[in-house]
Amino acid sequence: MSTVYIMWLRQMIRYFRSPPRIVAALAQPLLYMLAFGYGFGAIYRMAGQGSYLSFLAPGILGMSILFTSIFSGMELIWDRQFGFLKETLAAPVSRITVMLGRTAGGATVATFQAAIVLALAMLLGFRPQSWLMLPGTLVVMFVVALMFTTLGTWFAALLSDFQGFQMIMNFLVMPMFFLSGAMFPLDHVPRELQFIARCDPLSYGIDAFRTLLLGTSHFGLLLDAAVLVGVTTLFMLGASRAFSRIEA
Amino acid sequence: MSTETADASAMIEVADLTKKFGDFTAVDNISFSVKRGEIFAFLGPNGAGKSTTIKMLTTLLRPTSGSIRLNGLDPTKDALAVRRSFGIVFQDPSLDDQLTALENMEIHGALYKVPAKGRREKIEDLLRFVDLWDRRKTMVQKFSGGMRRRLEIARGLLHHPTVIFLDEPTLGLDPQTRNQMWAYLQQMNKDEGTTVFFSTHYMEEADRNAQRIAVIDHGKIVAMGSPAEVKASQNAATLEDAFLALTGHSIREEEGSSADRMRTVIRGMQNRRR
Repeated sequence: MSTVYIMWLRQMIRYFRSPPRIVAALAQPLLYMLAFGYGFGAIYRMAGQGSYLSFLAPGILGMSILFTSIFSGMELIWDRQFGFLKETLAAPVSRITVMLGRTAGGATVATFQAAIVLALAMLLGFRPQSWLMLPGTLVVMFVVALMFTTLGTWFAALLSDFQGFQMIMNFLVMPMFFLSGAMFPLDHVPRELQFIARCDPLSYGIDAFRTLLLGTSHFGLLLDAAVLVGVTTLFMLGASRAFSRIEA
Repeated sequence: MSTETADASAMIEVADLTKKFGDFTAVDNISFSVKRGEIFAFLGPNGAGKSTTIKMLTTLLRPTSGSIRLNGLDPTKDALAVRRSFGIVFQDPSLDDQLTALENMEIHGALYKVPAKGRREKIEDLLRFVDLWDRRKTMVQKFSGGMRRRLEIARGLLHHPTVIFLDEPTLGLDPQTRNQMWAYLQQMNKDEGTTVFFSTHYMEEADRNAQRIAVIDHGKIVAMGSPAEVKASQNAATLEDAFLALTGHSIREEEGSSADRMRTVIRGMQNRRR
C-alpha cells in the first residue's frame, strides 16, 4: 500500500510543480469548445437539437481525459529513458503495486485536469441538469481516466522509445476520440459508424457523462458502467503483465 | 568440487550464464561464485558484459541460458524475494530529475522499505556525507553530473541489504567522495557482513578494496582470483599491467550511449514480437 501511495504522490508532486503543463493541457479542450461549440451552435439549434455546447461539453470532457491519461501512462517511456524506471524495477516491492501507484497518480491528474475543463465549460455557459450529479460524474471521470492511463502504461511497457508514440496517437487515440460520439449524437449516424463507436470504450464514458450531466443516454448508464469497469479490468491485466515483464 | 553445488556460504552462484541480444552475445557462458561477506570486483573493458551480468543478477534482464542463485534464490523465478536481498547503484542515471534531492531519497526510502524510525536521520546523515544536505531542496535537474552521481551513491546506501551491487559507482566521482564511499562500504561489510559486488575501470580501486576479482572480456571471464593471484598469473607488478596483459591494448567501443541505445532498440523489437 505504501508503494502505491508513494508512486501516486510522485505523480502529484510532478504535476503540481509544472503549472505551464497544466495550462497547456487546457488549451485544446477550450479551443474545441469555442470553435465547435459556438461554431456549430447555430446549425445545431436550427436542426432542432437545442444547445450544441451542452451536447459537446461532456464529449470534450472525455477528450481531455483520453489525451491526458494516455499521455500520463506513456510517461513511463520518459522514466525509462531518463533511468528512473530502473530504480522502481529493482525495488523490493511487487511491480503490480508500482504500476497501480503510477496509474492511480496519472488518473488523478487526468481527473483533476478534466474537472478544470468542466469548470471552463460552465464559464462558457454549460449547465448540468442537476448539481447533485457532479460527484457521480467525478467518479465516472476517474474510472475513464484510470482506463486510459492503464492503456497508456500498457503501450509504454511494450515500447522502449517514442518512435511508436506518434503511430499510437494517429491510429488509435485520435480515432478513439473522433469516433466516440464526442462531437455528434450516435442516434442517427450510419450503422457502420455506430458499430465502430460501440467498439470504442470512450463512447461509453462520454455516454455516461451525458446521462449524468444532461439526462440523455444512448447506451444506458448500466451498460456504460459495465463496459467501463470491464474494459478497465482487462487493460489492468494486460498492463500488469507487460509491466512485470519490462527489462531494463 | 561437486559437493559444493549447494554451498551455503555462497551469496552469488552463477553457472553457464549467457545473454544474447539478437546475434550479439553480451555475456558468453560465464560461471563464478561470490562468498557471503566477500567484496568482489568485476573488471573489464567497455562493452565486456559487466553491466549486462549485473542486470541479470538483479532481475532486470532475463538470461538467455544458464543459472543464477542469489542468496539461494533464482532471480528468474523468485524475482521479488531476490529484490529483497540486494541493493544497487546503477551505472547510468536513475534519479527523478523533476524531484528534489530529498524527495529522491524519501521515495527510495519508501520503495526500499527503510524503517520509518530513523529514516529521516539516516537521509540527513547520507546527504551530509555526500555534501548535498544544503542542496536537498534543489531539483535534481539543476545538479551537475558529479552531484547527481553523489546523490545516487547516497541513495544506494540508504537501505542496508544482504548484498549490494555497484556498477562503476566511482565513475566521475571525486577522490574525496570515492574514499568516503569505500570507508562506508568497508564498515558496512565489517559490521553487517554485507556482500559487496562492484564493477570498475579503476584497477587501483579493485586492488585496494576487493578480496577477489574477476576479469571479463568479450563476455567471457578470462581471469579470477585474489588481486595477488591475478597479478601473479600474468607476472605483472600491478593489477593494471595484469589487466592489459589479459584484455589487450585495443580500445573498445563506448558502451554508455551507442551500444546501449542499440540494445534498447533491439529489445524494443523483441518486446513487440512477443
